[in-house]
Amino acid sequence: MDWAVFATIAVPAGTAGLLMAIPSRHRDVVRYVALMSGSSLFILSLIIFGKYQFDDGGYAFELQLDWLGNVAFLGEKGITYHLAVDGIAAPLVLLTGIVIFAGVFMSWNIEYRNKDFFILLFLMVGGVYGVFESVDLFFLFFFYELAVLPMYLLIAVWGSSTDFGTFVRTKEYGAMKLVLYLVAGSVLIFIAIFATFVEAGQGSFDLPVLGSVTYGENFQKTFFPFFMLGFGVLAGLWPFHTWSPDGHVAAPTAVSMLHAGVLMKLGAFGILRVGMSLFPEGAAFWAPVLMTLGVTGALYGAISAMAQRDLKYMVGYSSVSHMGYVLMGLATMNEIGINGAVLQMFAHGVMTALMFAMVGAIYDQAHARDMTIFGGLSRNMPRHASYWAVAGLSSLGLPGLAGFVAEFHIFVGTFQADYIWAGALGILAAAITATYILRMLAFAFFGPFNERWASLKEMRIGEQFGGAVLIFFIAFMGMWPMPFVDRIAATVSRLPGIT
Amino acid sequence: MNLDWSLLAPEYVLAGWAAMLVSVDLFWGRLRKDWLGYLAAAGALASTLTSLIWLNDDTNFANLIEVNNYTTFFRVFFGLIGVFACVASARFVKDRLLHPGEYYALILLTVIGGSYMAAARELLTAYISLELLSFSLYVLTSYAKFDLRSNEGGLKYMLLGAFSSAIFLFGMSLIYGVTRTTQFEGIHEVLTGDTSGFELTLFLGLVLIIAGLGFKVAAVPFHMWTPDAYEGAPLPVTALISAISKAGGFALFLKLFAMAFLPLVDDWRLFLAGLSAATMLLGNLVAIQQHNIKRLLAYSSIGQVGYLLMGIAALSADNADAASALVLHLAGYVISNLAAFVCAIIYFNWTEKDEIADYDGLAERAPFLALALSISLFSLAGMPLFAGFVTKFILFQAAVEEDLLWLASIAVFTSFVSLYYYLVVVKHMYLGEPEEPTRFPTPWVEYAALAVLLIGVFLVGLGPQPLFNAVQDSTAFIFTGAEAAATVGAGP
Repeated sequence: MDWAVFATIAVPAGTAGLLMAIPSRHRDVVRYVALMSGSSLFILSLIIFGKYQFDDGGYAFELQLDWLGNVAFLGEKGITYHLAVDGIAAPLVLLTGIVIFAGVFMSWNIEYRNKDFFILLFLMVGGVYGVFESVDLFFLFFFYELAVLPMYLLIAVWGSSTDFGTFVRTKEYGAMKLVLYLVAGSVLIFIAIFATFVEAGQGSFDLPVLGSVTYGENFQKTFFPFFMLGFGVLAGLWPFHTWSPDGHVAAPTAVSMLHAGVLMKLGAFGILRVGMSLFPEGAAFWAPVLMTLGVTGALYGAISAMAQRDLKYMVGYSSVSHMGYVLMGLATMNEIGINGAVLQMFAHGVMTALMFAMVGAIYDQAHARDMTIFGGLSRNMPRHASYWAVAGLSSLGLPGLAGFVAEFHIFVGTFQADYIWAGALGILAAAITATYILRMLAFAFFGPFNERWASLKEMRIGEQFGGAVLIFFIAFMGMWPMPFVDRIAATVSRLPGIT
Repeated sequence: MNLDWSLLAPEYVLAGWAAMLVSVDLFWGRLRKDWLGYLAAAGALASTLTSLIWLNDDTNFANLIEVNNYTTFFRVFFGLIGVFACVASARFVKDRLLHPGEYYALILLTVIGGSYMAAARELLTAYISLELLSFSLYVLTSYAKFDLRSNEGGLKYMLLGAFSSAIFLFGMSLIYGVTRTTQFEGIHEVLTGDTSGFELTLFLGLVLIIAGLGFKVAAVPFHMWTPDAYEGAPLPVTALISAISKAGGFALFLKLFAMAFLPLVDDWRLFLAGLSAATMLLGNLVAIQQHNIKRLLAYSSIGQVGYLLMGIAALSADNADAASALVLHLAGYVISNLAAFVCAIIYFNWTEKDEIADYDGLAERAPFLALALSISLFSLAGMPLFAGFVTKFILFQAAVEEDLLWLASIAVFTSFVSLYYYLVVVKHMYLGEPEEPTRFPTPWVEYAALAVLLIGVFLVGLGPQPLFNAVQDSTAFIFTGAEAAATVGAGP
């Protein structure tokens, strides 16, 4: 099954190539090709997740090809195209498969240059898989940049601007802000990769090789922040999160789903996979800072979300808040906390994807996103309202849904690591989350029916199906988290410097 | 002394072809002028093929010109630049310029100049080749006779060029005064020995040579001519300057410093590193404010010179592959930059416009061109899939290897800055409203040339190994003595 991991990168790349060959007037052909590719990625991701043997938590599905050798200063093996999946990457690979599969359904109605849209979307998906699966730092960085680059056009061309009355946040602004923030973050990563490579002196960018070296304490303390901040920008690390609401709101539905659902996880994944596993002492030194920033983000995001009237901005800020939990989990430096962080990556991925999908579904019909102008929508859109309710309840941590499992792990980890104040503030943030979610449900979907929106119809069948897939995984993880916990815990327990 | 004149055959081909083009234009006036361009391209291609005869050879002509893989690599490289420059010029020159025969002849002469800058093994030959390249470019820059900006650009280029040549010559004379030889290998030998008492002279000589070459490759603070010359010159000539004068300059720069001045590396490393940092910062930061595509590419190419200088600053006896990294990035840069310029030329042929704001809505009117320009700009910015990412990664790594992490950090930061101004162009193409919704007619020849360049961008970006091996085979010849032994041993 070694090909499965390779295929998750080859399929999106091949899809992008295939789509280029299709004349752009055949919009339906383009859609079905995208659907085929999306479903095969979903199946491949399920296979990878299911077949991953979690006995020892090591790498599986390994594939290593020579890519660039014979360069004196790159060492004997040079750069290799090294792919593998471990217990941390496996759930995230599954997440990517789920979100792209659902995302294709949500993008079904795009008419304007839908071929170009899907080409860029699949390039981005290829990049995302690449980051989760690359074990060679060169390629990890390669795919990281590849995942960011198509965002500019995806947002700027297919996105939407938001009018705040006194000023307009244009989609060009959101796109440029997002790309520049993320690439600025990657500057730090780039520098730290060079420094690590030279310091290790192993002549290899391979993570297992780099991980076998013990770095000097000062070196770790100097360069861990590079990875923490560089990857942290993408993970919505406060105070570098401001690209996230603006960018996600401006983006078209499927792109917001993928970006908030999956791409933000690349950041947290990078901190864990590169920063913490290479520099455990540096991570321990900086953990209080990461914890503080994480809690601040969780609280700040929740409070900001409460101030929003625009549905999409509310979801955008709730992403910042939930990613704050992920960073808190990482900062605990103990097994249960990091388990929780990875669980939260998955849980937040599916539920935020569902929320953005639902925002898109209503925006396509109503061309408005202000929650206060709606009212009682559950009367003519009952399924839509119930999907919102599931996503919202999972987001506020209702037991039985995915969010609870993850947040529970994180809070236990936080208290175990003696960050009692942080745990308390985190729980406060969860309470605020409950407030804004329930308030939103009350405004838009329940209460007196607003006749202005009587013409709104139930979601399209494709949207219902895409949403149902996401709901299935929210409930599945909420009720039976073992398949996830087994895989994650096996690998997390192997990380250095974890108590 | 080896007087085997046949070693110069590729340049005979070029010179003969140049003379033929002038006479064809003179005596067969009815020949369509764009065919003259394709004929010139055929000449450049013929010389490229001829130069392959000496592949893997190692010999020299009268100790002046050496013919080995380094020379062959650059003969092929410059020959191909000539091919693309001629093809890209064809329609432009037919519609806009007088005297096409001389125009193409001059392009072929720049190829000779560039090749001999790589092939020279002593200072005076290098200088003469440099002047051959420069003079042809001075004339070409002011080729649009009735365009004031073209004349202004040409004059600035020539005056500053002459000034820098004088500086270069003065530096050479100081070096000669100490070493009593103009041969690169001889200089290396003397410098390896005891040079006490001459430190100041040598340092002054080095500084002057760096300043002179810095003018040619447009390193800060010697870059002032670049934006005006780029903007004034006819577009295909701008493309040629950005490709061949940079590449030729660096072929010589690299060879001179690896072959002759490597023993003094401690004297010039930090100096060049500082120059490199200033160049990439200024080039990339000033580029942000530009609203003309030629000036934008001019400043971005200054930024690229900063990256290339890193490669020289990273040279050392046990880091010989820094030279390969430099040449690899040079190749990647030239391919991407030529692709960007071919796009600009095609657009100019349609609309006679070259402001960035004029590119509004290009994606609607010519999707392929918009895609191609985006790809070339992203490659210049160093984005993955494209050549720029790999070549920059390797080049920066080479610098870090010599403890220049600070320099690499500046380079990474400025690449990030460059992404911004390239994205602005992309924004205009994909988000702007086109003036009219009609499609442009397809220029097949130019599109074919563009497609070849784009394939190159992807090939280097996705599988750089073959090109890297070729580069490594060639740069192995520019090290002398002990360093050469170290280089050969570095292979697998």
